[in-house]
Amino acid sequence: MTLGSVPSKFKVSIDRDQCMDCGRCIENCSYGVYRREGDKILIESRKCTGCLRCVAMCPRDAITLTEKPIDYRSHPLWTREVREDIIKQARSGKIILSGMGNARDLPVVYDRLLLDACQVTNPSIDPLREPMELRTYIGKKPSKLNFRKTESGDVELETKLAPNLKLNTPIMIGHMSFGAISLNAQLSMAKAVTELGTYMGTGEGGLHRDLYPYQDHMVVQVASGRFGVNIDYLERGAAIEIKIGQGAKPGIGGHLPGEKVNEEVSRTRMIPVGSDAISPAPHHDIYSIEDLVQLIRSLKEATEWKKPVFVKIAAVHNVAPIAAGIARSSADAVVIDGFRGGTGAAPKVFRDNVGIPIEVAIASVDQKLREQGVRNEISIIASGGIRSSADLAKSIALGADAVNIGTAALVALGCRVCGNCYRNLCPWGIATQRPELVSRLDPERGAVQVSNLIKGWTYELSELMGAAGINSIESLRGNRDRLRGYMLDEEMLKILDVLPAGA
Amino acid sequence: MCGIIGFIDRTKSRMDGSSIKAALSLMNERGSGDGAGYAAYGIYPEYADYYALHVFFDDLGEPKKKVDELLQQSGEIVHQEEIPTTPQPGIKKVHIPWRYFFKPSEDLMSGKMASEKDVVTYLVMEVNSNVKGATIFSSGKNMGVFKASGWPEDVANFYRIEDYKGYIWLGHNRYPTNSPGWWGGAHPFNLLNWSVVHNGEITSYGTNQRYVEGYGYKCSLFTDTEVVAYLFDLLGRQHGLSYEMVVKALAPPFWDDIDRMPAKEAELNKAVRLTYGSALMNGPFAIVVGTENGIVGFTDRIKLRPLVVGENGNRLYISSEESAIRVLDPEVKKVYTPRAGEPIIGRFIE
Repeated sequence: MTLGSVPSKFKVSIDRDQCMDCGRCIENCSYGVYRREGDKILIESRKCTGCLRCVAMCPRDAITLTEKPIDYRSHPLWTREVREDIIKQARSGKIILSGMGNARDLPVVYDRLLLDACQVTNPSIDPLREPMELRTYIGKKPSKLNFRKTESGDVELETKLAPNLKLNTPIMIGHMSFGAISLNAQLSMAKAVTELGTYMGTGEGGLHRDLYPYQDHMVVQVASGRFGVNIDYLERGAAIEIKIGQGAKPGIGGHLPGEKVNEEVSRTRMIPVGSDAISPAPHHDIYSIEDLVQLIRSLKEATEWKKPVFVKIAAVHNVAPIAAGIARSSADAVVIDGFRGGTGAAPKVFRDNVGIPIEVAIASVDQKLREQGVRNEISIIASGGIRSSADLAKSIALGADAVNIGTAALVALGCRVCGNCYRNLCPWGIATQRPELVSRLDPERGAVQVSNLIKGWTYELSELMGAAGINSIESLRGNRDRLRGYMLDEEMLKILDVLPAGA
Repeated sequence: MCGIIGFIDRTKSRMDGSSIKAALSLMNERGSGDGAGYAAYGIYPEYADYYALHVFFDDLGEPKKKVDELLQQSGEIVHQEEIPTTPQPGIKKVHIPWRYFFKPSEDLMSGKMASEKDVVTYLVMEVNSNVKGATIFSSGKNMGVFKASGWPEDVANFYRIEDYKGYIWLGHNRYPTNSPGWWGGAHPFNLLNWSVVHNGEITSYGTNQRYVEGYGYKCSLFTDTEVVAYLFDLLGRQHGLSYEMVVKALAPPFWDDIDRMPAKEAELNKAVRLTYGSALMNGPFAIVVGTENGIVGFTDRIKLRPLVVGENGNRLYISSEESAIRVLDPEVKKVYTPRAGEPIIGRFIE
């Protein structure tokens, strides 16, 4: 029995009066939507992913793209997506892969949280005229300080501080591996974070030698596949992150399709060319919290206790006690990745159904750590769907020390969130290893764009803080008093420990 | 707004409350008649070894029965009475101010509650969050807070403040925005021998509150200033920081300044900021804190509220206005305004 074709997702058309027949659309579309036949540019809409590269590159604005030109009979339960997934699986018998973050239309908690500002009783602070401190230290902090008096009567610090990462702005870039994204994409971000005085993650893909000049601003990752990990790699990083899980696919390992494993990726990651890099779901040396504690200590020993070690977990239902367990180890920061976190490739069923929102995860982790008196011992880094300086400010007010961004940085590089990252055809030169596509992304210009984005958010954060009468980021952290919930139910407000608007 | 005043005689020579009343009333423009209060140290020498618990009772029935029970279970009440008051036309007596002189039982002191002070702190938190109709608003030794809704002179006359003699006095003239009309919301805020008068609004309150509540304090009085008393108790008593260091934690130097310090000093200041970031107080404030050993005055890091200091021999004055200091002591010798975040500390001479 034939399943037939399904309606194409996009309909591409060219305004022939406008078109100057330059052929840029043909050159730019790596998915093969356009081709020339005789003197005509023909269109195969079915291949379109909605990446908008052609629209962006058309000098005459001649291209129009319509989403869902032919749709299924509408049905509230049997949506287009549901039906297409069934058809796909009926055809293939396989797991459906997807890219980017959760694509379901679920309410966004950030959008239902409102920030505060001063009026009359306390003055707002003008960041253009007064100091505004965003400097953030990530790492272990003592719960109290001890001092001693010297013979001359001076007060001296007795407590020794653990190594911390110094961030000029509480925005870092999360882990996107070389392999998942191109070297030029990594280079762009590495240059940006180095310029700004913040950090980015290498992902589970090793550190390419071209990134060595930026290694002091890179957090190296040890994930379950241990790809690219050796002592040289560990020593180069400013900090080390153990990845237990990620928000896009909690409970399973990484997926790098073999198409993306070329010579360079193979060398950096230490795997054969063309092989799928499927990292295991658990670390095979971590089957309990005490195993994690051992790995943290081993990594610290290996690097002479000079580097902070982070542990990244996906925001799952039990995230708070898990984080509390991590806080009791010698880990310096816990990275919590919410269910909207992006990825190069994830089974769709995981991406769209497993995990919890980062907003509630921050709230419950911060609360649990405080109840157990260990909040000060560890930093909280939040990630997974942070789209703007407002999301950033709200994350910090809920209790995070800093955030990791991922998709937002890629969008700054051109990404249009088409979600086909796993196909190695990214026309923006980001999620691909094809040299002709990678070369479309100029790391110098890319660096400016990413740095502009982070600068813009940093200015906005300063303004938001100033408006709230706060001149130091510490005073925003966990300051849920300055948040109000709007159209959130009572239970959710309780978990967030936020009052409703008007209260 | 709000007007504040702090006084210490370093030799512990005591002064009655009449001039503090006059000085505070001078700043009526800074208040709204909705709250005023005084803290006086050295007023109960006959009970110096006992904690003077000042309590607002809504009535003397059920709430008092509960507090009596709690105190009797936890120690010995050596004396108790209604705090003497004189009716004032400007004050509606919504609470009955009561005082107990109390000593916690040693049997209770184990584990988390290792000292008398821990027990008293626990009792204050317990009553204020769980006993309806009762608020312990003062819990120090040989000192007491007197506060109500009204103008400073009315509150002073109500409590007959001139009958008390103290070597430290704090006064507060309130322009409330958070909790007008509620006596517990008037300043000073007190825990043990820490008393706080505050002009301003703490924009970091949520952060500070979450921080202290992680250590067993409960903010239950609906006013941001409450948290300052607990911050001082946590850092100053439990962590054993000096007053200078507590102020450094609450109103630290800017990073730009720290970066310019000599290495050792920079390291110390960095450690304070990293460790006590959640204790940093933001927003406009001028604060005077009364303590066991003296008074501490300081402002926020960009000095959004006024603070003036005056000195005359063994007497130190801190106030929102110079004129108030001059009412207290027309002969005041040295008058100056401290820098933002700079601690002004007056200690007893040993």
